[in-house]
Amino acid sequence: MMRAEQLFKTFNPGTPIENPVLRGLSLTIESGQFVTVIGSNGAGKSTLLNAISGDLFVDSGSLHIDEQDVTRVPAWQRAGMVARVFQDPMAGTCEGLSIEENMALAWHRGRSRGFGRAIRAEQRELFRDKLAMLKLGLENRLADRIDLLSGGQRQAVSLLMASLQPSRILLLDEHTAALDPKTAAFVLELTDRIVQENKLTAMMVTHSMRQALDHGHRTVMLHQGRVVLDVSGDERKQMQVSDLLAMFEKTRGEQIDDDALLLG
Amino acid sequence: MTPIALMGALEIGLIFALVALGVLISFRILDFPDLTADGSFPLGGAVAATLIAGGHDPWLACGFGALAGAVSGLVTAWLHVRLNILQLLASILVMIALYSINLRIMGAPNMPLIGSPTVFAPFIGEALENSWLVQPAVLAVIIVAAKIALDLFFASQTGLAMRATGANPRMARAQGVATERMVLAGMALSNALIALAGALYVQTQGGADVSMGVGTIVVGLAAVIIGETLLPSRKLWVITLATIIGALLYRLLIAVALNADFIGLQAQDLNLITALLVGGALVLPQLKAKLRRKGGKAS
Ligand SMILES: Nc1ncnc2c1ncn2[C@@H]1O[C@H](COP(=O)(O)OP(=O)(O)OP(=O)(O)O)[C@@H](O)[C@H]1O
Ligand SMILES: [Mg+2]
Repeated sequence: MMRAEQLFKTFNPGTPIENPVLRGLSLTIESGQFVTVIGSNGAGKSTLLNAISGDLFVDSGSLHIDEQDVTRVPAWQRAGMVARVFQDPMAGTCEGLSIEENMALAWHRGRSRGFGRAIRAEQRELFRDKLAMLKLGLENRLADRIDLLSGGQRQAVSLLMASLQPSRILLLDEHTAALDPKTAAFVLELTDRIVQENKLTAMMVTHSMRQALDHGHRTVMLHQGRVVLDVSGDERKQMQVSDLLAMFEKTRGEQIDDDALLLG
Repeated sequence: MTPIALMGALEIGLIFALVALGVLISFRILDFPDLTADGSFPLGGAVAATLIAGGHDPWLACGFGALAGAVSGLVTAWLHVRLNILQLLASILVMIALYSINLRIMGAPNMPLIGSPTVFAPFIGEALENSWLVQPAVLAVIIVAAKIALDLFFASQTGLAMRATGANPRMARAQGVATERMVLAGMALSNALIALAGALYVQTQGGADVSMGVGTIVVGLAAVIIGETLLPSRKLWVITLATIIGALLYRLLIAVALNADFIGLQAQDLNLITALLVGGALVLPQLKAKLRRKGGKAS
């Protein structure tokens, strides 16, 4: 379970480019729930995910993962609870390291690291089996540098890496945005499979209304640093992309009204 | 070139192989441009020379020299990680501070070690007739041991985490790596190796001099660059090997250049040659790529 209460975050406070991004955002996600997150550019989606992962600290508000207060816990100490896949395929893997070295890093996520060998034979077997599931032929390329892989292959490996150790929440920030439609569909299907198999609690940011409704159990829309729409269950099942789009447009309309007010 | 001159070049090359391994850790593995070397190399020398002159065991002196180097690396890393001082600037601050500290440690600008025991002494005959062979041999054993230890370390869980810290710190943190600690530890390791080289250097040269550190970083970097140009690889054990070969080759080239009378070079031209060499090695890969592109167009 993840519970965010009254999160506030302002970038560059006290300067002319002051930017209040999270403005009292509250959101609770139950264990095993898969939530899709939508919202226009700059709505604060990535900022929320970064706050949950500990990449940035919020100005005020509190964050709990299960019952533990993690508001001031640095990213590396949260890693045992939080798994993530970044939008940029380069960001989630380590350039210059091999596929198996990357997977070994992820295999130790949230565990203490000693001076034993990073990759032992049984781990190599495990990595090979996991990679074989992808049916991309990567199981024979364990020692290849990860930067030789295509963006889609790297995202698929990133997903595998995120599932090597249990996590309390999996964060996916537009992880298919950089991929062509066919590869994106493949990675999305893989996402569903991994989330279901491991009964993961997950948040997936997407700009596709279709994806937002087709995947997961619940959809939330962020706007100006707050949750403005939260649908699940039957209400969500009956929802069409056009309904969602209409609501999306409505919030954007309000934004323009706000600006008009400010200018007037 | 005489065999003795050749072994002399090899000897200094082996010492700078240690420096180069240290530079490899900071510049390449941690991606931390660190100039502390110009201060930590003479620091290791100053500590070792002072201890040896004080009648202590030379191996112990090497150990304390390395330890002092580790502390200096730690300070540079701390200035950056905790006080947010730019990496280059943090290392320059420590480097110039070390100049004063080294003078304090030795109590004078130089400290002769003629006739004092060294780590090489037990293997050298009474008339010093075999010292030109013994010193490189002992150094070679130390360098090989250091290389193997580093290779094992960087294949370990912690070593891999350190490499990830340099390559992609955000990803490393997301995998639970305490990246700040990794930078601190890596910089300590890097400068410990460089200071150890300084400690061995004063024992081959028969004394320490406060200005012996000038240009250390450039020589170390030259070795790393020559190594990766000649033997490009992503495998770490190949990279450390290439670095050592780079250091040896660099000193041999320098020795040949200085020995060839017809070129008319003298010892004081060393830094100029180094700068030209490093510059050349930096441009070479770009030149190669350009030529390849041209060739591709023509065919
Ligand atoms: N580190 C930062 N420093 C300053 N401003 C930032 C920083 N990170 C994000 N911002 C700003 O915060 C706002 C919200 O950014 P965020 O990345 O959370 O939006 P988003 O909802 O993910 O948008 P997108 O759909 O474009 O990814 C943007 O205006 C962005 O410029
Ligand atoms: Mg975003």
